[in-house]
Amino acid sequence: MSHLAETFAAARADGRAALIAYLPAGFPTRVDCVPVIAAMVENGVDAVEIGLPYSDPLMDGPVIQAAVDSSLKAGTRIGDVMANVGGVVGTGAPTLVMSYWNPIERYGVDRFARELAEAGGCGVITPDLTPEEAGPWIEATDEHGIDRVFLVAPSSSDERIETVVRACSGFVYAASTMGVTGARTAVSSSAPELVSRVRQHTTLPVCVGLGVSTRAQAADVASYADGVIVGSAFVKALLDAESPGAGAAAAAALAAELAAGVRGASGVGVRA
Amino acid sequence: MPTPLLNIPETKEVAAVTQTPEQSDLGAGPDSAGRFGKYGGRFVPEALMAALEELDVAYREAIADPEFVAQYDYLQRTYTGRPNPVTDAKNLSEHAGGARILLKREDLNHTGSHKINNVLGQALLTKRMGKTRVIAETGAGQHGVATATAAALLDLECVVYMGEEDTQRQALNVARMQLLGATVIPVTAGSRTLKDAINEAMRDWVTNVDQTHYLLGTVAGPAPFPEMVRHFHAIIGREAREQTLEMTGRLPDVVAACVGGGSNAIGIFHAFRNDPGVRLFGFEAGGEGIESGRHAAKLSVGSSGVLHGARSYLLQDDEGQTIASHSISAGLDYPSVGPEHAWLRDTGKATYESVTDVEAMDAFALLSRTEGIIPAIESAHAIAGALRVGKRLGPDAVILVNLSGRGDKDVATAAKWFNLVDSATVDSTSEVVT
Repeated sequence: MSHLAETFAAARADGRAALIAYLPAGFPTRVDCVPVIAAMVENGVDAVEIGLPYSDPLMDGPVIQAAVDSSLKAGTRIGDVMANVGGVVGTGAPTLVMSYWNPIERYGVDRFARELAEAGGCGVITPDLTPEEAGPWIEATDEHGIDRVFLVAPSSSDERIETVVRACSGFVYAASTMGVTGARTAVSSSAPELVSRVRQHTTLPVCVGLGVSTRAQAADVASYADGVIVGSAFVKALLDAESPGAGAAAAAALAAELAAGVRGASGVGVRA
Repeated sequence: MPTPLLNIPETKEVAAVTQTPEQSDLGAGPDSAGRFGKYGGRFVPEALMAALEELDVAYREAIADPEFVAQYDYLQRTYTGRPNPVTDAKNLSEHAGGARILLKREDLNHTGSHKINNVLGQALLTKRMGKTRVIAETGAGQHGVATATAAALLDLECVVYMGEEDTQRQALNVARMQLLGATVIPVTAGSRTLKDAINEAMRDWVTNVDQTHYLLGTVAGPAPFPEMVRHFHAIIGREAREQTLEMTGRLPDVVAACVGGGSNAIGIFHAFRNDPGVRLFGFEAGGEGIESGRHAAKLSVGSSGVLHGARSYLLQDDEGQTIASHSISAGLDYPSVGPEHAWLRDTGKATYESVTDVEAMDAFALLSRTEGIIPAIESAHAIAGALRVGKRLGPDAVILVNLSGRGDKDVATAAKWFNLVDSATVDSTSEVVT
């Protein structure tokens, strides 16, 4: 069983959903990225997505755009992404990369999968790649034992859901709503229905992302999904902080809150 | 059954003059996956796949429906003003090595450019799909103005995304869109130009796709946009081919057009694709010169990559990050290009060269003074390219140029470039309408 599959199995054995956190590589800074994520893992994050900063992130709202922009301006390269993955793997959490397609294609599909495997990474989420365009990517990820996660959306027909889940490994990423990343006051009501439709096509874990930022939302999503994915809320906590130290503390506190949410519990202490 | 959108008088007569696309158009690519060779395809968030499939079906049904075709044709004749003429630019000839230069006058269309051809088609399609809102990106503002115009005519809500830098250099077009009832949203992300406006339009579309059609303005983007936009612009080449034969008794040696995203070029190229004696030339923006790094010459020095939903040529670094383009012409200032151009380039079916800001502005002035036609700066790139090719081919050559737009929108830029007014006057003009 892969590390990622073990993580979902362990969460399920606990009677809860897994908490998956996203941060862009090189954010909030090159040196702070891994320590901040380590603090989040210490406070209940089960698995991590490292974003590969890209110049044209058309699925991302303003919060993640700002973070990615600052990381790119600081000179983050794919080598740094791999290094961040290696660092986060050291925390014990299974680590994936979230990347738009062009950087992977340009870097070399096989090279990307191979170097990610060498860094200890376990999977890649590709928000603008559909299975129809993924032929070489499917070969490369199979070759190097990397899970590939495609997305389903509320607009996906049952036929498309079938196509997508057959191409997925690791888990299926269900976009909770029609839109881009960013916190919302309410997680879309279309998410539970989407998850239940996906379950008719696969036994893979189904994780829900887009719009989750609070403990109550995490608890709600955890009641029907296998994983709760949170990105913009962590990024915002770090962008809003007055110092890197304060940012790390805020991200850790948010992790603890969300971890309590996926456990259906109320209130846990923040571990330093 | 779609409701009639317009009261077309004397339906029978209109139906009689309706043009149906030649059968061979349908077989000229892309393939069923929307690919031109290895280019094209659909690289989009899953959330948009349903909308693209819906659009693909609606588009194919519409162009096979005589009623839709009649509506489109009626608007093209009575609203756009088609057919527009071909002008024999006799005074320009001596500056082109004596070659005969024919200008296809898309600048005479309503709204001032070729963009209206595509916009009317997609706006009618929006109504047919039962959607109530259109969004569009715009660089020079020509596509935004055309979209705002069609939205006003067909009672659609219209939002136009425009890079903040472009709202400043094309301030008059911002005002024009607002007069037509559109909301113009300046985009402050990234390089603040056309590519960022497209990102923002895609974000809007994925959020509001139920009621919204993304009225993409060029032959780029995910399938079926490149094929659909080509279809609505192919009238340019069909008319021009016929007009050139009438005027000269022969086909042209060269067909020339400027290439940003590539819609006016595909529009005029398409009718000549089976004419082996006709060479197709696309002229992209060389900006301050290729060696300066500040240009938009993706087909000359770019590489294969994926941006905005399709694989094509792209200005990018070694790790796939998009490199911002540069051109004095906002409409050519785009780091990628429609996938069919990438395929035409690789197969040698068309030749692409770059034209610098300086060459384009020289041609802009020359056409104004010799022929009394002020071209869009975009189209001035095609004129400059035609002059260059004419000098190579000599006096026996016939060169058909797509004069894709008129230069009214560019007067402030040109006045500044040629020092015709003091800069304070130009700046205050910009401020008034921004």
